[in-house]
Amino acid sequence: MSKQSELIKEISGVNPLKCMKCGKCSASCPSFNEMDIKPHQFVSYVQNEDIEALTQSKSLWKCLSCFACVERCPRGVKPGKLIDAARQVLIRQRGQEGLTANEIPALLDDETPQQLLMSAFRKYRR
Amino acid sequence: MQKIGVFVCHCGSNIAATVDVKKVVEMAAKEQGVFHAEDYPYMCSEAGQSRIAAAVKEKGLTGIVVCSCSPRMHEATFRKAAERAGINPYMVEIANIREHCSWIHKDMTEATEKAVILMRAAVAKVHLNAPLMAGESRVTKRALVIGGGIAGIQTAIDIADAGYKVDIVEKTPSIGGRMSQLDKTFPTLDCSACILTPKMVEAASHENITIHTWSEVEKVSGFVGNFTVDIRKKARYVNMDKCTGCGVCQEKCPSKKPLNEFNRGLNTRTAIYTPFAQAIPNVPVIDANSCIKLKTGKCGICEKFCQVGAIDYTQKDEIITEQYGAIVVATGFDTIKLDKYGEYAYNESKDVITSLELERIMNAAGPTKGHLERLSDGKAPKEIVFIQCVGSRCSDDRGKPYCSKICCMYTAKHAMLIRDKYPDTNVTVFYIDVRTPGKNFDEFYRRAVEDYGVHYIKGQVGKVMPQADGSLLVQGVDLLDNKQILKKADMVVLATAIEPNPDVRKIATMLTASIDTNNFLTEAHPKLRPVESPTAGVFLSGVCQGPKDIPETVAQAGAAAVKVIGLLAKDKLKTNPCTAKSDELLCNGCSQCANVCPYGAITYEEKLINDHGIRRTSRVAVVNGALCQGCGACTVTCPSGAMDLQGFSNRQILAEVDAICR
Repeated sequence: MSKQSELIKEISGVNPLKCMKCGKCSASCPSFNEMDIKPHQFVSYVQNEDIEALTQSKSLWKCLSCFACVERCPRGVKPGKLIDAARQVLIRQRGQEGLTANEIPALLDDETPQQLLMSAFRKYRR
Repeated sequence: MQKIGVFVCHCGSNIAATVDVKKVVEMAAKEQGVFHAEDYPYMCSEAGQSRIAAAVKEKGLTGIVVCSCSPRMHEATFRKAAERAGINPYMVEIANIREHCSWIHKDMTEATEKAVILMRAAVAKVHLNAPLMAGESRVTKRALVIGGGIAGIQTAIDIADAGYKVDIVEKTPSIGGRMSQLDKTFPTLDCSACILTPKMVEAASHENITIHTWSEVEKVSGFVGNFTVDIRKKARYVNMDKCTGCGVCQEKCPSKKPLNEFNRGLNTRTAIYTPFAQAIPNVPVIDANSCIKLKTGKCGICEKFCQVGAIDYTQKDEIITEQYGAIVVATGFDTIKLDKYGEYAYNESKDVITSLELERIMNAAGPTKGHLERLSDGKAPKEIVFIQCVGSRCSDDRGKPYCSKICCMYTAKHAMLIRDKYPDTNVTVFYIDVRTPGKNFDEFYRRAVEDYGVHYIKGQVGKVMPQADGSLLVQGVDLLDNKQILKKADMVVLATAIEPNPDVRKIATMLTASIDTNNFLTEAHPKLRPVESPTAGVFLSGVCQGPKDIPETVAQAGAAAVKVIGLLAKDKLKTNPCTAKSDELLCNGCSQCANVCPYGAITYEEKLINDHGIRRTSRVAVVNGALCQGCGACTVTCPSGAMDLQGFSNRQILAEVDAICR
């Protein structure tokens, strides 16, 4: 398990020890009510190396990747990046691909943020 | 040829547990010129010092090496011991085998080897040491205090009470500072003005205090005991001797648009104004940027109505030059700008305010005459949300990494006062931690919760959304309930981080006083010299050194005053003899040393030089020993090697390097 938490830290570039538990991430999150593990809890789950629970959580797929938590975190902990990294870890584990590059052009329109597409690569499986 | 004694200290087990002191003594005895070597458990003790004296007497030593702690700790001790034993104090060298050796090594063999090398380097240096004599400089018995807030006022009063002259330089039109803007003070809830104004009056009427308001420090030169300071007295356009402070000019002034700085820009003032009713001096200033007469030449209404003829549109800025022995910085703080915090909608809504703005709103002399009302529509707010730590404890570039220290307490104060005066108004406080160390502080906060029903929520606010109906939708989190909260509020108050007054950078540069990454002035020692700057003769008072509340500021102001009094009580100061000296035979007068000298200690003279029998006139550098602080910048800049620092000459340093590499 601890290897996985190291992997999450490495992928996300996040140091959970910087968190001062202010909760501004959860206060900013538009999907808060949909989530079983709340954004601020993500940080402590990684810190406590409880990755199993994270990868099985609903939150992983409810996160919109809007990065409001990343933007507003006063300590540079960036919980959104942790969630993103947890998703990657899970997908790598399953050995499955998300969207493929040639599926993308059909999905493009003027309103979809590029960031959303990027996270869709990781989120949705065929 | 020097006769050197080496004294190795155990420092209890601090050194002896990691360094084989006997081995160091043994190796020292083998060094050329070492006539005596011994170790002792505590070299700095009375007994240790008398062993040095005994060895000097017995062996006729001319130089001393002490292998002990950092010279910052005990160099002065051992220099004094040497002086008592009849040796010039500058013939003592310290080999730092504690901080540089035993404390940072674990392996005894390695540590001992390094201690021997450090001892050798010190011995090599002492061989080239020459006796140096400290000079003397006189002390100007007058102090300058920069900043006229509660810190500056208290420091000035304390110095003046001891019988010394003090000048306060304040850049705004009145002394009083931030404290004069506060309505009530925690934890006693007494009225800020009621306790401050007597102090302001005391300062103004004190025979030893001169107050220069509407003035700024322009230039500082000199050194401890002998500072020369240029003060810019900005044109007031009002004759201070004639003005009676009747206030008619302010009533009649037709220029009513400028923002009122004292009320944090929440309302406007006239072009001729005194910032507040209890201002000292009670003499208005004309704001040249908004005065119609000064801008267009037409108007002159204030002059017409002034019965004593005090208005003088021809006044110009005046520079006065004064001498001081000591300078106290008391420049205080401001709240940070909130432009980077879009999520709190501070720039979007008039009803999102800072705590200092709320302070003005709750004050009877404020923009709403003390009535708690929304600045947008004048309605009484029924639901108020306070947000803590706005810009404090942030490691990103939007805020400050430190805790502003005062916010927890003033928020509890605001919440309590509002609940007391307007019981049907709900108050919610979003907090990360409530920090209340201080006498009667936690009791105060608990009263807000238990007796006044202030609703404290552990969690932060993510965003504040102004609504079409004029209300504010606050989205926050309750971390203890693990719930997100959407709350409609009429007013949001931000506990905005404080930062040192932006002018402090300019002042620190003038004083060559150091500041940290957050622009707070650095103290000489964080624990043992907290009110002194590392620059001799410069002292620190109030928030310019770090966040603090009023009682702490007043205590620190008194402490700074004591340090100033201790300095001014001396008639003469001993100067550091380790100053730069130029070799006239080598100097080619290139001016590079003068350009890098931070103290203006180097000048040039045309001198008749006798160069081995050849007489020539040459332009050479001359160092003023009283101004030189021995920083050594000139010695490394000099292209011809003519500059040398006495006590740290190039030869001495290289001899140390040679000894280390041997």
